[in-house]
Amino acid sequence: MANVIARGRGYTSTIMMVGALLGVFMILALLMAAGAKDTGMAVQAWTFIGLAGAFLVGMSLWAGQLLGRNPFDQSEYENAIVKWGVFASMFWGIAGLLVGVVIALQLTFPHFMYFPEWGFTNFGRLRPLHTSAVIFAFGGNVLLATSFYVVQRTCRARLAGGMWPWFVFWGYQIFIVLAATGYLLGITQSKEYAEPEWYVDWWLTLVWVAYLLVFLGTIWKRKEPHIYVANWFYLSFIVTIAMLHIVNNLSVPVSFTGSKSVQVFAGVQDAMTQWWYGHNAVGFFLTTGFLAIMYYFIPKRVNRPVYSYRLSIVHFWSLIFIYIWAGPHHLHYTALPQWAQTLGMTFSVMLWMPSWGGMINGVMTLSGAWDKLRTDPVVRMMVVSLAFYGMSTFEGPLMSVRAVNSLSHYTEWGIGHVHSGALGWVGYISFGALYCLVPWLWKKKALFSKSLVEWHFWVSTIGILFYMISMWFAGITEGLMWRAYNEFGFLEYSFVETVEAKHISYMIRALGGFLYFSGACLMAYNLVRTVLGHGEAESFDTIEPKYARPHQPVLQPAE
Amino acid sequence: MTDQNKDIDTHSGTETTGHSWDGIKELNTPLPRWWLIVWYATIVWAIIYMIMMPAIPALPGMGTNTPGLRNQSDRDNVAVAVQELRQKRADSSAILLGASLEQIETDRELQQFALAMGDSVFGDNCATCHGSGGRGAKGYPALADDVWLWDGTLDGIQYTITHGIRDPENLDTRFSMMPRFGRDGLLEAGQIDDLVEYVVDLSGREADGAAVQRAAPIFVQQCATCHGEDGKGTRDVGAPNLTDADWLYGGNREDIYNTIYNARNSHMPAWEGRLDDASIKALAVYVHSLGGGE
Repeated sequence: MANVIARGRGYTSTIMMVGALLGVFMILALLMAAGAKDTGMAVQAWTFIGLAGAFLVGMSLWAGQLLGRNPFDQSEYENAIVKWGVFASMFWGIAGLLVGVVIALQLTFPHFMYFPEWGFTNFGRLRPLHTSAVIFAFGGNVLLATSFYVVQRTCRARLAGGMWPWFVFWGYQIFIVLAATGYLLGITQSKEYAEPEWYVDWWLTLVWVAYLLVFLGTIWKRKEPHIYVANWFYLSFIVTIAMLHIVNNLSVPVSFTGSKSVQVFAGVQDAMTQWWYGHNAVGFFLTTGFLAIMYYFIPKRVNRPVYSYRLSIVHFWSLIFIYIWAGPHHLHYTALPQWAQTLGMTFSVMLWMPSWGGMINGVMTLSGAWDKLRTDPVVRMMVVSLAFYGMSTFEGPLMSVRAVNSLSHYTEWGIGHVHSGALGWVGYISFGALYCLVPWLWKKKALFSKSLVEWHFWVSTIGILFYMISMWFAGITEGLMWRAYNEFGFLEYSFVETVEAKHISYMIRALGGFLYFSGACLMAYNLVRTVLGHGEAESFDTIEPKYARPHQPVLQPAE
Repeated sequence: MTDQNKDIDTHSGTETTGHSWDGIKELNTPLPRWWLIVWYATIVWAIIYMIMMPAIPALPGMGTNTPGLRNQSDRDNVAVAVQELRQKRADSSAILLGASLEQIETDRELQQFALAMGDSVFGDNCATCHGSGGRGAKGYPALADDVWLWDGTLDGIQYTITHGIRDPENLDTRFSMMPRFGRDGLLEAGQIDDLVEYVVDLSGREADGAAVQRAAPIFVQQCATCHGEDGKGTRDVGAPNLTDADWLYGGNREDIYNTIYNARNSHMPAWEGRLDDASIKALAVYVHSLGGGE
């Protein structure tokens, strides 16, 4: 009995701490709701209270039925949270892509879903909803789910922190809902990819620090002597995003019960901080985070060793060292001093090969298993994602060269570039990981339908090509039109004429986006049927050991 | 590590690092040679670029940053380019400002200059409302036809652009104000219905004869002052011709009813102070040339 109580106290402590933290923040939110200076603030505060309250009640009910059973059994992996993460990824992915299709149509047909008396569906509000939903809600949940899956298996240790990983997961969902509803209400601090206001930023900081501690704690208690390369990449993502988020969101609230805040930086310093943040969000969220996924799921899926350990070391350190300086290339030919532009441009060019290191390591890992490209559409998807990664990490340095940038900047070329990386690289590597994870987690022999994966692959790939090619065409066209002078020294084209010239490209882009969205819907259907055990997805308990096995010495004696 | 313990991958023949994580091993393949060479090349290129161009800030005794061997500066380049462009335009602009319509129409080069300048200025300032090429839209007059509310001569167009229409901040703005007959209770709803029929009849369409008869005295009393007894409009007050098929705010019965009930009285800002004199003159020439200049 005493033993049970002692064990009980051990596992309840983190539940208590998470509960107390939620309670404190709910009281703060209640105070903010009571004294709210603006309606937006009141709506946001009550939204938080509702969500945090639901989390608290759910957690209490769950803890109440444990009856002394330790839910954080150290001999088992924490799989439930990864399963939730897979669902959240799919849900937010489809939501974010759908909003993307909507805003693509709004750009093509400006009256689409435009209600002057409301404002909720204005392009200006839906656009950050789309970017945040696909990057932070979809991408973020894929990273949370895969990092929790990978770190446990490559460390042979259960997630550290008991209840804290759950706080990270649900706290992150609360962040997403607050950010998204805030955009729709018109609350924004007008920083691209960092639109949420100060109170949401504080909440995310808290969640992110908990994430870092859970991740570090798991690595700390690992039963492997070395830290696997995927975990370096995950760690660089978590640490750097914390730093970027905190510095770029330094602001002073106008009132502690109002939604508005004022940035600490002003003018070109603010712009530089913003693009230091913005570019490294691409670098450390969308690149290193997803390279971590690549480093686990590709060798695991094709059952081949990683191509080069040395390459992984050299490209990891060079990538993170060089990436952090490349931000100024977003501000070429602006008020930013020219020396800073030189810095951004030269570091972007030097970044080319370090970026390609990841592609080489991923693609060459297939040597000895090339046939899988033909037979396994999931492998093909992940390898094609590396091809898009290689293409956009070549295109990026190219566009950072000032002479090229003077043509490409502010044009649709930039949008095309971002989406070849986002749809091709981030999307495909994530889809590949999710296609791997679902049968592994739910112990199924295979996916519900392999041919649906084929359909997903081809529909999406055609969608990406439509998107990229139409945006290249539109971007170069408008770039050339903007700079065309006639013989008398006047601009040849007015701005409206350059907008008119893009109309057909916009239609093709919207079609491409719709195809990509359709592919994701096929995938969601396939995954749900897999979880339900339909089709090919028979239960199969031996794919993955249920328990972390005792240490099997594979290391050399000299170590 | 001894040789016997070396873990060799059978497919590639390459040694692994000896570790395994969840079944994943790593080969000890050396860095690809071409990869390293290209990387070094980009680094060398970056260093050369930094030597040639403004690069390193905050060196002691350097001022703000190293100017680079090429001593190139964006800000200086822009200043020079803007100066060159101004120079290029200045002479022709001066001639344009002093020229009359006949002079512009006979001097081919001056005319082309004026049209190029006007086209450029129009596209970025006027096309937002008046449409590309001045094709107009509901509520925004078409400029490419010969229907003029105020004045279709070169000087008249120039005056309109300079001072705007009903611009509250410009003393010389073109001004007139049609009463809000319905909203302000000047006419009964039935009277407005009759007037609508009268206006429809004026523009040569089928209308309710009885209503037209009833409306005739109202028109004379309320509308003719500005629109004229024959309904052909008066340029001095920008009162449109009601007998033609051209309708700024729509010519169906509902549109006409709305116009009489609420009045329209739209605005165009004065462009003096926003555009320089030469640009306004060029704009006038451009608009004059669109199709209906008088």
